[in-house]
Amino acid sequence: MALKVMPGEVVIAVRGLRTQFGDAVIHDQLDLDIRHGEIVALVGGSGSGKTTLLRAIIMLLQPAAGSIELFGQQIVGIGDSAAFRLRRRFGMLFQQGALFSSLTVRENVAVPLREHTRLPMARIMEIADLKIALAGLAAEVGDKLPGELSGGMLKRAALARALALDPALLFLDEPTAGLDPVSAGAFDELVVQLKQSLGLTVVMVTHDLDTLWNATDRVAFLGERRVIGYAPMRELTQAQHPLIRAYFEGPRGRAAQEQACKAK
Amino acid sequence: MKASSPISSSTAAVEPATLHCQGQVCQCQGDWTLDGLETVDPRWRKVRWPTGAWRLDGSAIRTIDTTGALSLAMIIADREQAGHPLQQLDLREEHQALLDLVQERRASAGTAPASSASGGPLERLGQRIVFHSVHALDFLAFVGEAATAMGRLALRPNRFRWRALFGSIETAGVNALPIVGLLAFMMGVVIAYQSGQQLRVYGANIFIVELVALTMLRELAPLITAIIVAGRTGSSYTAQIGTMQVTEEVDALRTIGIRPMDLLVLPKLLALTIALPLLTVFADVLSVFGGMVMARALLDVSFSDFLDRFPQVVTPLSFLIGMGKAPVFAAIIALVGCYQGFQVRGGADSVGRQTTVSVVQSIFLVIAADALFSVILGGVGIWR
Repeated sequence: MALKVMPGEVVIAVRGLRTQFGDAVIHDQLDLDIRHGEIVALVGGSGSGKTTLLRAIIMLLQPAAGSIELFGQQIVGIGDSAAFRLRRRFGMLFQQGALFSSLTVRENVAVPLREHTRLPMARIMEIADLKIALAGLAAEVGDKLPGELSGGMLKRAALARALALDPALLFLDEPTAGLDPVSAGAFDELVVQLKQSLGLTVVMVTHDLDTLWNATDRVAFLGERRVIGYAPMRELTQAQHPLIRAYFEGPRGRAAQEQACKAK
Repeated sequence: MKASSPISSSTAAVEPATLHCQGQVCQCQGDWTLDGLETVDPRWRKVRWPTGAWRLDGSAIRTIDTTGALSLAMIIADREQAGHPLQQLDLREEHQALLDLVQERRASAGTAPASSASGGPLERLGQRIVFHSVHALDFLAFVGEAATAMGRLALRPNRFRWRALFGSIETAGVNALPIVGLLAFMMGVVIAYQSGQQLRVYGANIFIVELVALTMLRELAPLITAIIVAGRTGSSYTAQIGTMQVTEEVDALRTIGIRPMDLLVLPKLLALTIALPLLTVFADVLSVFGGMVMARALLDVSFSDFLDRFPQVVTPLSFLIGMGKAPVFAAIIALVGCYQGFQVRGGADSVGRQTTVSVVQSIFLVIAADALFSVILGGVGIWR
């Protein structure tokens, strides 16, 4: 099956999704479309199922009902080999980085390349070095072990691994959590820059209001087991739904908004 | 399909990247992507490159990704280094932007310094000796620290963590009964079977009692129990403390004002010193029983004959020697297990490595201590 993407085309289509753990229903009748070339953030209160939705989309979790299409291909009940081919097309940045602790950063970035291509080792290492540079890290970081990196460097190294196969789709789980404001701002900038130059579609789970204002094209608000608001940040903050208002109208929400307006 | 998108390569129809030179112009075509470049040499060393100033025409490139851009950047840099500077580069705008990004990022990242070459065999030998001596000293310091903690405990026993102690006794002792019992029984069977074959030749069947009883009580039961416990409990101590080290729980204990030594090491040390001798008694009983079963089946030595002779040939001393070793073995296993747990640095990989080291070292030290016991007891003339 050909997997083609056109700008503006829907790359992720979620329809009638239902996920549950035992009796606890996380999502019910959830619909969401994500278009190519956009940075979309999933937000919502704790326990609203942001990470669960992300895990369902990247095939780490089987939904109880509904359909999810990635690049036009149904992934609910997908076969192993089709899933393997599809996994080549997206990268995932886990919240804690999830770098393999026994491998150096360069070897970590090389893992997907070794698994999915038949390139010679020297070539893989050249590509890995480029991804490390693209993630904004100095070349000598490649020889370090994940345990020797600071939080911000760890996130960048994990981003380099997520970018290893030049994915069309990039998933980020709380990319700026635990970073200082300067590193968090720089990381947002990096994501926007990479999206523009590599033509990525980015889906991220985040609580960082500055990220929401500065880096996203559209924000999906999760609540009541479905998406209750899906709009650019400026419109979303005008929404009347009580959950959305409570989320954005706290002192932190207002401060971030004021700053974003000033910056513009 | 709109070709301008850098990611629009379809996995179904990849057009391999190509490069042809004619005169001073080199032309690129196809998909300059990970897929398109998979089967070709990305530096195109076999191409007959034009000498002097040259032009690179990449306007026919269908799609490009960072791998393709990297390839182009390397070609340009290689030719420039060989003294053939690029005069003109034709690329579509968005492809040019990607190439610029790659070139800029490669330049700003710099090149990694070549990793320092490892020294000769003599240097490596020296490094290993220093490494092991430092660790041996470190371990001795740990044993000393445990001893002072024990002294503190003796002065203020009310501060001891009794719950942790009883919990440890249950997991290290009670839960190990089935496996220790089964293996001890089988050891008894094996020893009785092997030596019984020899004894029968000389008609010395009844001496099976001495053989089984002395071997088991003095040597094998304490040893086999200690080895099982080292594999079962010592490793779990290392893994538990090591994981706590990774998740910073050990540091959290320190900040709250709880000494990791008091909470994590002493209860384990005491629990094992209590549990291992008890397990050894259990192993004594079952291994002798295994010998009895074999003696009756193979050598016609009935249970009552066996039990009649048993107290005549086995002095309480033999039993006590075996029992006396058990607490020493227990201390070795608990201390090595905990020490290796605290040696964990970094992540999951380190936990695995230290657990292996812990089991190997504790079994090694247990056997070494056993040999030492034999020599010392022989030296003072206690043979039976």
